Amino acid sequence: MWTFFHKLASPPHFYRLAAILIPWLAIPGLLLIAYGTYNGLFVAPEDYQQGDAFRIIYVHVPTAYLSMMAYMFMAVGGGIGLIWRMKLAHAVGAAVAPLGAAFTFLALLTGSIWGRPMWGTWWEWGDPRLTSQLILLFLYFGYMALRSAIDDTAKADKASAVLALVGVVNVVIVHYSVEWWSSLHQGQTLLKKGGPAMDPAMLYPLLAMILGFTLLFGALLARRVRTEVLFRERRSRWVRELVLAPIGGR
Amino acid sequence: MESLAMGDYGAYVWSCFGLTLIVMVLSDWRARARHRRVYRDIEVRIKALGERE
Repeated sequence: MWTFFHKLASPPHFYRLAAILIPWLAIPGLLLIAYGTYNGLFVAPEDYQQGDAFRIIYVHVPTAYLSMMAYMFMAVGGGIGLIWRMKLAHAVGAAVAPLGAAFTFLALLTGSIWGRPMWGTWWEWGDPRLTSQLILLFLYFGYMALRSAIDDTAKADKASAVLALVGVVNVVIVHYSVEWWSSLHQGQTLLKKGGPAMDPAMLYPLLAMILGFTLLFGALLARRVRTEVLFRERRSRWVRELVLAPIGGR
Repeated sequence: MESLAMGDYGAYVWSCFGLTLIVMVLSDWRARARHRRVYRDIEVRIKALGERE
């Protein structure tokens, strides 16, 4: 098992493996999203309270879940990079931050658009879920700003890893905010005790969207990590051989 | 047309799906563009070094 991890952590090996993985993640991901979008928009019945506005969950829930998942990737990558000094782990952290920020932005935007007809407001400052999610976006911005402010990659890796690890507290707050405090935001639906509180006709497209977005996130992340690895290893022998190869190794 | 109207919530629902699509396409496009740029820069540097040698 350790041999597998060592091989996976090798930049040239990961670079080639990621190129193979991208279509295997992206194509099923896009197919699942197409299935989820069609069924979520046109087949699932309307909600008895929210009407058709509930269909926003088909993009809001996957983006919100991935906004937290991306942060955990960033923090775990930072932690592994700090403890085991694995270069690839820092590359994952650096590559995932813009993606995480994009998903967090989408979660906030779609949540706000849903909130207007449902709560009668675009934004509520006193709400713990909304505010902690906004802090998550600022953490991503802070992480990216910190990285770009330090020229030395090794120092940037260390400083940003510490920031990512400290920020994990906020991810826990985002997740449990609807249980710990009184919130406008509805409570857990999928991870509820006793199973999801949704009709299967609504649930299956949502699960397809969550899985589809996760696979697409994987494909986007793999593409970004490849670029990050290529940039960090630009002076290494394997990159030279890759670029000078007769077929080209993009 | 009725299913597109989403019972008066069409503007909210479609804007969410549209914005998600735009952000996803932009994310992919930016990732591809950066990869091409990094690869080209490395290619130029290695070729310049080769000519100098």
